[in-house]
Amino acid sequence: MRPQNEAELAQILVEAQLPVEIIGGGTRAIGDVVAGATPLYTDGFAGIELYEPGALTLVAGAGSLLSDINDQLAVEKQRLPFEAPDYAAVLGREGRSTLGGVVACNAAGPRRVQAGACRDSMIGVRFVDGAGTIVKNGGRVMKNVTGLDLVKLMAGSHGTLGVLTQVAFKLLPVPEASRTLFFDGQDPATAVSLMAAALGSPYEVTAASFRPQSGTVLRVEGFDAAVKYRASALAKHLKFYGQAQISENSLSVWADIRDLKPFVGQTGDLWRVSVKPSDAAGILAKAAPLDYMLDWGGGLLWLLLPENTDLRLLLGTFEGHATLFRGKGGGAPSFQPQSPAIITLTQGLRAKFDPKAILNKGRMG
Amino acid sequence: MEMPKANQMIIDAKPSIVAGLAQLLPKDAVLHYLNDTRPYECDALAAYACQPLAVVLPRTTEQVAAVLRFCHAHAIPVVPRGAGTSLAGGSLPTADSVVLSVARMVDVLETDYPNRFIRVQTGRTNVSVTAAVEDEGFFYAPDPSSQLACAIAGNIAMNSGGAHCLKYGVTTNNLLGVTLVQMDGTIIQIGGAYMDSGGLDLLGLICGSEGQLGIVTEATLRILPKPEGARPVLIGFDANEVAGACVSDIIKAGILPVAIEFMDRPCIVATEDFAKAGYPDCEALLIVEVEGSDNEIDLQLALIKEIAMRHNPVAFRESKSAEESQKIWLGRKSAFGAMGNIADYMCLDGTIPVSALPLVLRRIGELSQHYGLGVANVFHAGDGNMHPLILYNANKPGDLELCEAFGNDILRLCVEVGGCLTGEHGVGVEKRDLMTVQFAPADLEAQLNVKDVFDPKWLLNAAKVFPLDVSASRRATSV
Repeated sequence: MRPQNEAELAQILVEAQLPVEIIGGGTRAIGDVVAGATPLYTDGFAGIELYEPGALTLVAGAGSLLSDINDQLAVEKQRLPFEAPDYAAVLGREGRSTLGGVVACNAAGPRRVQAGACRDSMIGVRFVDGAGTIVKNGGRVMKNVTGLDLVKLMAGSHGTLGVLTQVAFKLLPVPEASRTLFFDGQDPATAVSLMAAALGSPYEVTAASFRPQSGTVLRVEGFDAAVKYRASALAKHLKFYGQAQISENSLSVWADIRDLKPFVGQTGDLWRVSVKPSDAAGILAKAAPLDYMLDWGGGLLWLLLPENTDLRLLLGTFEGHATLFRGKGGGAPSFQPQSPAIITLTQGLRAKFDPKAILNKGRMG
Repeated sequence: MEMPKANQMIIDAKPSIVAGLAQLLPKDAVLHYLNDTRPYECDALAAYACQPLAVVLPRTTEQVAAVLRFCHAHAIPVVPRGAGTSLAGGSLPTADSVVLSVARMVDVLETDYPNRFIRVQTGRTNVSVTAAVEDEGFFYAPDPSSQLACAIAGNIAMNSGGAHCLKYGVTTNNLLGVTLVQMDGTIIQIGGAYMDSGGLDLLGLICGSEGQLGIVTEATLRILPKPEGARPVLIGFDANEVAGACVSDIIKAGILPVAIEFMDRPCIVATEDFAKAGYPDCEALLIVEVEGSDNEIDLQLALIKEIAMRHNPVAFRESKSAEESQKIWLGRKSAFGAMGNIADYMCLDGTIPVSALPLVLRRIGELSQHYGLGVANVFHAGDGNMHPLILYNANKPGDLELCEAFGNDILRLCVEVGGCLTGEHGVGVEKRDLMTVQFAPADLEAQLNVKDVFDPKWLLNAAKVFPLDVSASRRATSV
């Protein structure tokens, strides 16, 4: 099914009695939808509806290609703040990412630590719920507390509450320059402590990541003279951790971290774990991964485990959440099991927004 | 503004309800004599007041749960209250309601600098959260004007912003986790000292839900390192349109100030009489503040100056010291007090696309003529969040109604140009009846459905946010 406008989409969902699987670019979906679900493509909802550079706002169809949007914004030297990743390569998928997919997964790259996730930049949505009702929430202005915030609810709902047709974002200017600081040779606990010292400094670090093979990398962004100053001030602030190499041109380093390049082509299950940064080293010790990367100052762990490993069995109870991102995970559910009270609320919301239980059925438990 | 008719059976049962509550809480935590409950009859939207049945002041999450469980079992409406600074009537009671105030829940439960968060009980005031971490060089970013008094609970309920949210975001962008007590007494942990959710983003739903989904008793808040320094410039223009164009150019140039504040002539004149900040005689002025090291600040201010000069400002004052900064901010920070010195006023909170600024200001001027009431505009220009202050005389019969009609016209205008009814104050009772201007029935129904899930009996703050006729059939289930 390939609706070309909201009315067609609404009609489809009014009539649908059997499960549908919503497909944007097909690049980043996590977990399976029940077998036999009818594919519903969103590419009919492509294109920019409104772009006001002077107001830092964008409204676009949910089926718009992420790359097209990025190109359009680049013309005005602006961007989506949250550094949307492209997971097609690491997940071995063919398609091209759409805005709706980015929103449905609440995706975010390394800049998450400073600029927030996708949901933090979202200011409006239009969607059609599972009963075929067209709903709008939020709008095109940056500050809006009118009524319940369904914009946040839709972000990261993985298509279980509605089919997104339009999304609105606040944007940021692309900074004139960036500098990347490299520190060699830490163990993960020291790296986390280094990243905490960096992110707790006034030098506006916009990314902090660690790989055992390449050490800790930090990023500052802004006007050229400012980042030059901040990079050297930061290096001085962190001299306890060793001498930093400062690079002026390392966009590809960050693109690789964002898109999980180190794990492309590596065999094994890939898990995504969100924890308090200081818990990262303990998680690594329990998981004993084949390979790993820390992002968000240690708050996000990407763990490569032997095929068919249930990470949650290794970790036991912990504060945070683990998502099976790639692989079979020993049959573990892809999404972190929730507490009973939250399951009740989640099921209640899904029943309201998707009373026929047809939208991406099977995903998110 | 109408409130639903109170349930007489509940009012008649007051003695047994008070006795029941007294069994759940310490002796001094249940107020029921009129003299004791009077301070809770209204919030900062003082035009409306109503004595509640009783007020409870629990100290722990378990006590909150016990009260809610009791009220749920007896179908007693509950009105949550932080510090009572809502400008939208978010904590206005009904005569058959129990006001649950978190004012005694003020503890800091945990501070963690390496992981950059603080966990607090939500009765704690906004400014005292920053006070708890500033010795270590951190701060809590959302800074509503009422921050000396307002509680974190209310900030979460209304998703409060502030002058500095252009750079740091609003409450929802700085909230990591909550302990939420549902109306039936269930205690839930949502989120925590880590990022994002493993399931649906219930945290995003709770934030800004105006106390209708549950009562937040504890919150994990993101704290940020303080910048090295900050300094403002003041720029005066001879037309609102020019000031608006300058804002747009600053943003397009890639500068991200922490604040861009706008004042129009009536506001400038009033604050000048009141605070004598030495503001220039002009039609519109901007205060633009940037952060960083001294060099970074100089660099950004030089760029801003270059942009401003293209718009032929009538004044350009750059702060070179803390004292000069204070002087630039003095008038802006005194603006509400200055207006209050002239007359009673109603403060609106609509948001508009920045590009619609000149049109909206012109229309507000015309409406001011039409209604015969003065209006001054002071607002956060970077994000289009307007705060028109309508002047009226509360002692003059009919003036409040006239003021409300004027305010409603302004808010309709905000929606018409692509904006919204409220940017940071919340809907409460104040904008409740205008919700149908911004939302189609299906949009509202989706929101009502969410409340059904969290509070099926519609007992929590149920007379707020949604027009009474829209929520009528649901509220009826609680009686």
